[in-house]
Amino acid sequence: MTALIYLVPAALALGGLGLVAFFWSVRAGQFDDPEGAARRILDDDKR
Amino acid sequence: MSCCADPRAVAPAPSPFAAALCEEAGTTRLTLHVPGIHCAGCIGRIEKAVAAADRHVAARVNFTRRTLTLSWPSRAGGPEAAIAAVRDLGYAPIPLDAPAAREDVEGRRLIRALAVAGFAAMNVMLLSVAVWAGADGATKAFLNWFAALVALPALAYSARPFVRSALKAIAAWTLNMDVPIALAIVLAACLSLTRTINGDGETYFDAAITLTFFLLAGRTLDHFTRERARQSVRTLAAFAPKVAHVLSADGSAHPAPLSRIVPGMALELAAGERVPVDGTLKAAAAFDLSLATGESRPVSLRAGDTVLAGALTLTGPVALTAQKPAADSFLATLAGLQAAAEEARSRPARLADRAARVYAPVVHLVALFTFLGWVFWGAGAAEALAIAIAVLIITCPCALGLAVPAVQVAASDRLFRKGLLIKDGGALERLRDIDAAIFDKTGTLTVPSVPPGAVPDADLAAAAALGRHATHPVSRAVLRAAAERGLALPPVIGVAEERGRGVRGTLLGVPAFLGASGEGLTLTVGTRTVPIPLEETIREGAADLVAFLKAEGVPVTILSGDAAPAVRRVADALGIDDAHAGVSAAQKLHHLERARAAGQRTLMVGDGLNDGPALSAAHASIAPAEASDLSRTAADIVMTGPDLSAAIEALRTARTAHRIIIQNFCVAAAYNAVAIPLAVLGHATPLMAAVVMSTSSILVTLNALRLTPRTAP
Repeated sequence: MTALIYLVPAALALGGLGLVAFFWSVRAGQFDDPEGAARRILDDDKR
Repeated sequence: MSCCADPRAVAPAPSPFAAALCEEAGTTRLTLHVPGIHCAGCIGRIEKAVAAADRHVAARVNFTRRTLTLSWPSRAGGPEAAIAAVRDLGYAPIPLDAPAAREDVEGRRLIRALAVAGFAAMNVMLLSVAVWAGADGATKAFLNWFAALVALPALAYSARPFVRSALKAIAAWTLNMDVPIALAIVLAACLSLTRTINGDGETYFDAAITLTFFLLAGRTLDHFTRERARQSVRTLAAFAPKVAHVLSADGSAHPAPLSRIVPGMALELAAGERVPVDGTLKAAAAFDLSLATGESRPVSLRAGDTVLAGALTLTGPVALTAQKPAADSFLATLAGLQAAAEEARSRPARLADRAARVYAPVVHLVALFTFLGWVFWGAGAAEALAIAIAVLIITCPCALGLAVPAVQVAASDRLFRKGLLIKDGGALERLRDIDAAIFDKTGTLTVPSVPPGAVPDADLAAAAALGRHATHPVSRAVLRAAAERGLALPPVIGVAEERGRGVRGTLLGVPAFLGASGEGLTLTVGTRTVPIPLEETIREGAADLVAFLKAEGVPVTILSGDAAPAVRRVADALGIDDAHAGVSAAQKLHHLERARAAGQRTLMVGDGLNDGPALSAAHASIAPAEASDLSRTAADIVMTGPDLSAAIEALRTARTAHRIIIQNFCVAAAYNAVAIPLAVLGHATPLMAAVVMSTSSILVTLNALRLTPRTAP
């Protein structure tokens, strides 16, 4: 029971970290071309 | 070689890349729509070809949007070499307006609110599950307080779109869907907070935040469908040459980007083009001023009259003197007008609103009667209020809010990938219930071509110089042939398009006429007559489309301005019985109006200047990419590829989309049929609200996703 007092905030903080990461990745343009990213990996003769 | 690009794909007439450029901090960017991008190989091939063609130009393919973005240091020249390299591969790039110039602020705000709501919903749900699992006493109070700590700020942030809209509606003494939504969210939060403080009863934090999340998802999808519709219109705008033809002293016209037009310049417009800047006419001409005045009949203006930018030239060519630069012209305000027209047009979204107008009062009345009923049957006011609030929460139309937008997003996405740009949100709805189809022949069912070697170079160049002023697809064939041979066009003065007959002008001091004769063209220079034979080839996919329509029991008609033998031959080749030759633009329009009066819902497929009125009069309309400006403006759907069978896909998608929307409405209705009686009788629990609400919303979304192709074509 007392574990909840720090486990729940810890869970929320980790979730919040994910939220911040999502905001960052949207801003960085990582969601601009999801399909292209999936296909570029097949193109093995460059970069 | 190229596995997926159609080598026959031809870019629509002149290449006005100059106007689609976007310059920023010394780097110029150009975004092109490349409908032919289909596989991983395309990405590599295009990017490598550009790198090889011009080392200054950086290329980046966006596979999802089928676009290619070129960027280069502004001083290092232009994109011509890079674009030529892409064309050489067999792709048909089309310039798009720079998207960065008009950032989608509203979309970003919605995405952020959605992310916050999603995060809070998941965490609050976790805490709530612990409560439902039987936590009590101090543990329950602790969990509830934490849920409040997460849910209340998240609600304050992400429920704003609903609260704002609801307040606006109430201020105007009306009800919209957002009033019950905002009321439910606010009441649920207040009720749960008091119960948390008092430490007794069930809390609805999870319901309030989950509700917000699902409704925001619907709102976001709806926003992006509209944004895409707007984007399509923007694309269409980019199709139109963003260049004006400036007349030099010797009578020859040179293209120049709009930004370089200064007052006093002499400009020339072909029939079917929009007036680029406000100007003074040099000679009388007829215009369609509908964009400015709403008047759809042609208006004749005299020499010296002012014509506003955006007016559509009906007779051509028109000479005018620029009065204002493009940025100060009437055209700048047209962007706003067009956006307003777009708003008014998206009918399916309005359909959901109409449902809301019935739904909102019903929800409020049910909640009110529940409250009164419970008070009447002897419950305390507090208990009755709690049950009434539960009714409001439970009846919140999550699934209903997702039902239409989710399907529309999936459908427009699917069609975009098949090379179809939907301009009007209602087009899919209307496309579904067509029961007759009318085709234009020339340029729609057939594409003309000049057989190689049939005409001497000098005559072909002369014909192209005249043909540049005509918008009929036949003249495009001459232009294309001249461009293929790399011919320089001689200057022509005093050109006039005689609608439906040909183009007249003076070529190096000699009167010349390019006109239709039988199944070919005739160039008359002075007294010399040169026949220009044309092969009429049936457009790719035309036979498939006609066969599909006939199999569906949709009668197919050809209305063509062409001569009877040519029409008959195409009709026979495609197996169409009902073909009319020598039909004028007015007769086409009349035919469609008669069909409408007879209760027929007609699909019109056409491309020419003379099809424009018919396209706008039709129940639904499709225009090929190389159609005249007038037709593209009038049509609901524009195909970006050369293959007419893409229209089959549009028809199929329209039907599937409608079926799925109806299914979704059924799911939403079934949900309410179960949930409302339980809530009214006071048996609703937060757990039940969470489960039923989420299940119906997810069901509706998954159902809509059936429309997205599993693999790219």
